Amino acid sequence: MATSIKKLPDIEQVLSGNGACGGCPATMGLRMVGKALGPNAIMLLTPSCSVASMGMTPKLGYNWPCINITFASAGSSASGIANAVEIMKEKGRFQGELPTVFTWVGDGGTYDIGFQALSAAAERNDNFIFFCYNNEAYSNTGVQRSGATPRGTFTTTTPTGKRQPKKNMALLMLEHHIPYVATATVAYPGDLYDKVLKAKSIPGMKYIEILAPCYLGWQFDMHDTVQMSRMAVRSGAWLLWEAENGKISFSNPSASIISGKKAAESVDDYVMKQGRFNRLLKGPDAAQRIAEIQGDINREIAFMRERAKIVY
Amino acid sequence: MKAAQVIMATGNNAAALAVKSARVDVVPGYPITPQTSIMEAVAAMVENGELNARFIPVEGEHSVLAAAVAASAAGARVFTATSANGLLYMHEVLHMASGGRLPVVMCNVNRGIFAPWTLWADHQDSMAQRDTGWIQYHCSSNQEVFNTILQAFRVAEQINLPVMVNFDGFAISHCLMPLTLPPQEDIDRFLPPHEPGWRLDPAHPSSFSNVTVASEYAPFRQMLSDDIMASVPLVKEAAQEYKEITGMWDGDTIDTYRLEDAEVVAFAVNSMAAELRLSVDILLEQGIRAGLLRPRLYLPFPSEDIIQALPQNAQVMVLDRNYNFGHPGGILAAELKSALFGRRNDITVKNRVMGIGGIDLTRRFMAAEIRAMMEE
Amino acid sequence: MKSVTKAYQPISWPMKGAGGDTGSWRTHRPVVDTEKCTKCQFCWAFCPEAVIDRKEITIDYRYCKGCGVCAAECPTGAISMEMEE
Repeated sequence: MATSIKKLPDIEQVLSGNGACGGCPATMGLRMVGKALGPNAIMLLTPSCSVASMGMTPKLGYNWPCINITFASAGSSASGIANAVEIMKEKGRFQGELPTVFTWVGDGGTYDIGFQALSAAAERNDNFIFFCYNNEAYSNTGVQRSGATPRGTFTTTTPTGKRQPKKNMALLMLEHHIPYVATATVAYPGDLYDKVLKAKSIPGMKYIEILAPCYLGWQFDMHDTVQMSRMAVRSGAWLLWEAENGKISFSNPSASIISGKKAAESVDDYVMKQGRFNRLLKGPDAAQRIAEIQGDINREIAFMRERAKIVY
Repeated sequence: MKAAQVIMATGNNAAALAVKSARVDVVPGYPITPQTSIMEAVAAMVENGELNARFIPVEGEHSVLAAAVAASAAGARVFTATSANGLLYMHEVLHMASGGRLPVVMCNVNRGIFAPWTLWADHQDSMAQRDTGWIQYHCSSNQEVFNTILQAFRVAEQINLPVMVNFDGFAISHCLMPLTLPPQEDIDRFLPPHEPGWRLDPAHPSSFSNVTVASEYAPFRQMLSDDIMASVPLVKEAAQEYKEITGMWDGDTIDTYRLEDAEVVAFAVNSMAAELRLSVDILLEQGIRAGLLRPRLYLPFPSEDIIQALPQNAQVMVLDRNYNFGHPGGILAAELKSALFGRRNDITVKNRVMGIGGIDLTRRFMAAEIRAMMEE
Repeated sequence: MKSVTKAYQPISWPMKGAGGDTGSWRTHRPVVDTEKCTKCQFCWAFCPEAVIDRKEITIDYRYCKGCGVCAAECPTGAISMEMEE
């Protein structure tokens, strides 16, 4: 069982009054990350909403040492810091416990421009946690498509709906043979908290991706952030899983969907509640387009069910 | 007291040995000809325990410098090296290093730029990075490469600026020359441990480079510009103190040869400037009062020192191993004219571009070129 | 550290209100009905802004942006969103 809400620690690393939109799923997720990591950590960001949210010089909305770096380089810069603090500790120039080095990067900085540096850092198994908060588009620049944008989505650069499915990024990271990979989302804070706590205790490269439903990009009411996150999981559009040393396990409600104990909810409710889909789903080909979206989800469920059976 | 040791080393070996002597903490690296053997040597020294550092074999030059600046922000002493297209690929991060005031030291082993592909030396790569806010040294011998890397760390860490140490591919990087290695305790005296005023530290959380409003941004950029200029005395002081400790001298911001009463002054950087000393000897034998002025520091451009050093009414023959596209001739000539304008109206500046893509520059060839330029 | 005499880099320091007094963004304010509240802390856990006191279930209106997630997630309907003046 995931840690219950009442047992989550008090500590707040995300400070009130930061620059994020109301109802922001990224700060919501980052709050949970902060509760698991605590203050002894170094944070890297690349251009994204969370940089816009953190406040302008000289004010900082996060209670960590942070560095904003070039967009393509979260993976390599995190390697630089992880190696720097380790060698300085060895040489007696870094006092105290070694900090957790982590990145906090959007889906653009993970799936697209940052993929090369991330892939290489994973292959080197450098010691840090790479967090991707995935709002399935370039929300900070006004909602353009990314490699994480699902098929059928309206963005400003896919004005008739994206024609291609998204990548399965977490699975790609798993195939880098890193010791820990997990997916999470904001509606399940205990699950997220536990995964971060586990990642923190494992040396080497860890990848955690957090689905972050963005009311602005997805076009729903901002008080529904958590509800949308929950619906993504219940429909199977987002699967909650983790893999320690390559062995995949699912957490609920995804576990029940994978095992077949409980059918995934139909995707209709999920997509029709979001302007990014429903504005395109009112035409004569609506049924076919919803079927395509459902088809992608079914494929991922079937694939991950079988992939989880491979243990090496 | 231990004596200095003399060995035979290539320029790239000399660079790697300087990295070891500087007790560098972190070296991200990626192969590119003709720089590769620096990274190979550093990786080997880290592996066999000669150098207590972390070598990070990243996947491309953009990541090389991204890892370097981040490690530097964490408080480590950081070195890396590259060449040509690798340097161009770093362009974005070069700006981050200078704007972020991160004292990374990087060797650029000069090589011509694609397209078409070439492997051999010219100076288009480093000079194309003129406006990135890095201090740039250009070296003319293996020994100078070694000495300059140590001086570069000292200057970089004093003024919080990144420093590029340039030297020619193959002519320096791959040629063996005698190399004097001063005793480590002398080097430790010259280059104290790196203690940055600010670093990423969980005990004192602070953030580096949030979005900055114009009224805050502009003063930081002004300070960057001012501090690059303010590095000149530090460069001189480093050269002077290095000389006092090790007895070795490569010039400070500039290096000169037979300049005092010269009527014709050869003006060039890197290995061709070493060869030009011999060209000067040829010209002297021919009865021409020739001399040499080599800017060892390309950026900040040592205008004042050049203005002071040039003899009255000299003709300066600028031999550029690069193009100043959109203008006739090369970049050094444009820099020199800009420095002299309104200050030394007695000086004539003439310019030729040569040695592009590694074309061999012999003493006789350059002496003949200078003679021909005198007739222009 | 803070003893730095010259700030070479654009450095920022942690503080509440890095985005200003973000309570001014609000169009609706969450109001807690203490009769209905069971102190389950769901509102506290889901608040993106960390403005809810988990023990007292009180809200820091200086920074609360009024997103309404707390009201939407409250299992007993104890939080209502009331129009700001």
